[in-house]
Formats: sequence, structure tokens, C-alpha cells
Amino acid sequence: MLTFAGFYGLMALGLNLVWGMAGMINLGLVGFFAFGAYVSALATVNMGAPIPAGVAAASALTAGAGVVMALTTRNLRGDYLAIVTLGFSEVVRLVASNEIWLTKGTDGISGIPGPWRGRVTPETFNLIYLAIVAVFVVAAFWLLERVRHSPFGRVLRAIRDDEQIAAVAGKPVVAFKVQAFAVSAGILGTAGALYGHYISYVAPDSFAPLITIYAVLALTAGGTGDNRGAVVGALLLVFFMESTRFATGWLPGLRPVQVAAVREFLIGASLVVVLRWRPGGLIPERIPRA
Amino acid sequence: MAGTVLAVPAIGFTAIYAVLRFPNFALASHATIGAFGGYVANTAGGLPAWAAVAVAFAVAGLVGVLSDTLVLRPLRPAGAITTAIAAVALNIALENVVRFVFGNDHRGYDLPLQRDWQVAAIRVGPQQFQNLLIALVAMAALFLFLAFTRTGKAMRAVADNPTLANVKGVDADRVGRLVNFVGMGLAGVGGMLLGLDTSIDPLTGFRVILSVFAAAVVGGLGSIPGAVVGALTIGVAEELSLVALAPAYRTAVGFVAILFVLTLRPRGILGERAY
Repeated sequence: MLTFAGFYGLMALGLNLVWGMAGMINLGLVGFFAFGAYVSALATVNMGAPIPAGVAAASALTAGAGVVMALTTRNLRGDYLAIVTLGFSEVVRLVASNEIWLTKGTDGISGIPGPWRGRVTPETFNLIYLAIVAVFVVAAFWLLERVRHSPFGRVLRAIRDDEQIAAVAGKPVVAFKVQAFAVSAGILGTAGALYGHYISYVAPDSFAPLITIYAVLALTAGGTGDNRGAVVGALLLVFFMESTRFATGWLPGLRPVQVAAVREFLIGASLVVVLRWRPGGLIPERIPRA
Repeated sequence: MAGTVLAVPAIGFTAIYAVLRFPNFALASHATIGAFGGYVANTAGGLPAWAAVAVAFAVAGLVGVLSDTLVLRPLRPAGAITTAIAAVALNIALENVVRFVFGNDHRGYDLPLQRDWQVAAIRVGPQQFQNLLIALVAMAALFLFLAFTRTGKAMRAVADNPTLANVKGVDADRVGRLVNFVGMGLAGVGGMLLGLDTSIDPLTGFRVILSVFAAAVVGGLGSIPGAVVGALTIGVAEELSLVALAPAYRTAVGFVAILFVLTLRPRGILGERAY
């Protein structure tokens, strides 16, 4: 469970860079996540690449996809980016379901290697993997904190708050936005790759739009703009999801599909509630002193 | 043909965008809700398809007004992007309400069996023809409403210049509720028309949403004639893509069209004017 908190934490950190800092929106988080998962899975299973190489390839290619998205909508308002990213995540799922020669379609790719899997007991594997994911979360957290305190992060906040003023001040707004979007997409791709190696199986169904909501919920609950908020929010999210599982188990006389519907409803409803009454999250952003 | 049916929800999406200035992603679940509203009227109420479509419009429209008033309107001051995110969350919540009540099974409408008509070498299903007519009637009604009624003019005024409309005494809240009723109602009609051809399930609306966005963006987000032109373009492009691509990729055509249009003509074919 904590490992999943790590995946959501990485996604929330990635989202925080574009949304929290640069004020751009990515509603296709799950598309980038899935893209990374498939790249790494294909590289390791079909081409026999070592796991670190697969993860690195996933980060790089997903970042590339992010550049294309950001460049396409560079002169347009944020709503267009929202539509394009949402579309991207659906197309990733379509391609994954239909290019059977490459992705085995809806059957998914199984047998994705995990570090030391099979050589240690499953419990030890889980612990090792938790440590690996934790290292990635800490690394991403450290990197993004550096970004936040750097001139680069300052410019991103300026762009978020008023793009024209930032441009008048001589900042190449488009370049900054594209870079931020690419780094963020790279982090999402990495999270996806790590997910694939942990579960050892990826299929189009694993990447429903609900995952995007999870990540957004984690970030807004924790505190948009604050990297600590992203991590805390991911922990809260997993806690919340587990407690809904527990709570819906107590509801009598529901069919399994209804239980699942109630849980998904609660996730969607809680995001609306957080946005409405606690838009700053638990840890509201504090602008670092220059 | 497919494009005409697509135009109905695309007009709904673009009309809401024109007045309220945010992409309302909850359109997908409203299309589904309309489809199920029509389904109940059709199977339990015994109404014929064309009458059930009116029920679909009313149900989806009312849910649209309610969900907007309760959920999205309080968030609009926080910005278009926050509202758009809330709309995605709202969409998932509403979709699961449908799933809770009806389950995940595919359901078909109760329709009389009809033999295909043969026109020269082309076979036409009577139901498809009826869908086409319903879509055209819905669009004609909307155009008459926008062009000739006082309320329709008020809607156009708010879309064109909210400040000026306010000065002239147009009640923006009322227009907001109205555009949600009409827009989401059209989404419901679209969901049902698409379901009449095949079957419906809680993801009916979500499956076409990419084509709906594509139609609206390609035609020019916020432009109602643009949504019609965009929907016809997307409809034709999707059919033509069958020559080169597997049928499963039909909806991907919409995405490619979005990227293409945004690169070459970012304001869409007809630009952003509302009418």
C-alpha cells in the first residue's frame, strides 16, 4: 500500500510542477503514466533491456511526448491543453488496446521483470521495491524543491500568476512552459515504469481516467504548489481509499458493481469537496524568499 | 450521417463554453444520463424513440442545471482550469451514480424491427434515418431559439460580451442555468441517438467524448455553427479513416484532428464567435 502511495506521490509531484508552479493543466496524467509503463515494459520484455534502462527510456520518451503536447498548444489558453491532454490519455489507451502485435491488446503484457523478483520471497521483494520507490520519491522531491527555490521556479510562478508580465520582463514564456511540462511528463512516465515493474503486468484497463483523479486529489488535498503537500496528499489518498474499501464492506445488500460504484463516486465527490472548501489543501503554498 | 448525430452534443459543449468559458468535461456523464433517461421512458414507459428523446433532453438538462448550480458554479470564480478539473471529478461521480442504479451491462432500446431501405446501391437503416431527422430537428429548434427569442438573444449577448450584457440588465445567472439546461439536454439527446444505433452502458457518453471535443475544437471552440461544421468534418474523417485504419481507431481520428487544427488554425475553422 505504501508503495502505491509512492506512485501517487510521484504523480502528484509531477503534477505540482506544471499545475502548482506553472499553472498549466494536465488532465491526461494517466496517459503519460501508461505511456511510461508500456515503454519500460516493452523495452525489458521484448528487447531484453535491463530494468534501469527501461525506466530511463520511459522517462525520456514520456518527456518527449510532453514536449509535443506543450508545443501544440503553446499559443492557446489552458483550456485547450486540458482537452489535448485528456485526448492523449484516451489515445494511449486506444493504441494499447489495438496494436496487438506490440502491446498484446487488452490481454496486456505480463511477466515484466522486477528487481530481484523470484530470487527473494515476495515479502522481501515488496520491501525492496518500497525502498526503491521511496528513493525515487525523495529524489523527485529534492529535485522539485531545488526547482521551487531556483530562479527557474520563480519564473514559473510568475508565468502562473501573470503570463504577460513575465513575458514583458523578458522571460521566454513558451520555453519555460515547455520545459516544465516535459520534466513533469518525465516524472509521470517514471512513475508509470516503476508501477509496471512492481505489478509485473500492464493492460489498458489499468489506466482508467480515475487514476488522473487520484493524482489531482492527492495534490489538491495535500496542498497545490507545495511539494510536501503532494507527498502528504498521496499518503492521505491511499489511507482514504483503503478506508472506503473498509467502509463499503459494511454496506449490506450491495452487488460488487455497486460497491465499486460507491467507491469511485466517493473519490470524485471528495475532489469536488476539497476544491470547493479547501482549495489550498492541508499545506498551503508558501512562496520561498528570494 | 454519423457527423450529424455528433453535432448535437458538440453544440451542447461549445454553447456551454461560449457562455461560461470553461470546457465542461461532465458532458460525457450527462450524455449517458440522457441515454438512460430515454431508455427508461422507452422500455418502462413504452414511449417510441422520438418521444423518448424528448425525455432524454429534459432529464439530462435538469441534471445539468442541478449539478452546475451545486458543484461547478461556486467554483467558477477560482478559474476555468479549476472548474474543468471539478468537471472531470463530477463526471466520474455522475457516471458512478448511473453504474450504481443500472450496473455495467449493455442495454438495448426497445425498438420495432425494420427492414433496411434500399436506395439505389445504398442500404439505409430506418432507425439511422430517424436519428438523422431527430438531430436535424433539434439543431433547427436551437437555431430558431437563439435567433428569434428574447432569451436566445440574451444568451448570445452574454457569450459575446458578458460585461455589456450585464450593463444592459441581462441576468447572467439565469443565462448560465439556461445554457446548462440546453447544452446538457443536447448532450443527453446525443447520448441517446448514439445509443439507439447500438446499446448503452455507463460509459456510453465517455466513449464519444473525444469525438465531441474534436468537433467543437475543429470548428472553433465557442462557435455553434463551428460545432456543426466540425462535427461533419470529424464524422466524414472518421468514416474515411476506415479505409486506412482499423475501426477501433475511429475516435483517435478526432485527436489527430485536434492536434492538426490547433497547429494550423488555432481558432478552428469558423473562429470563436458564438453564432
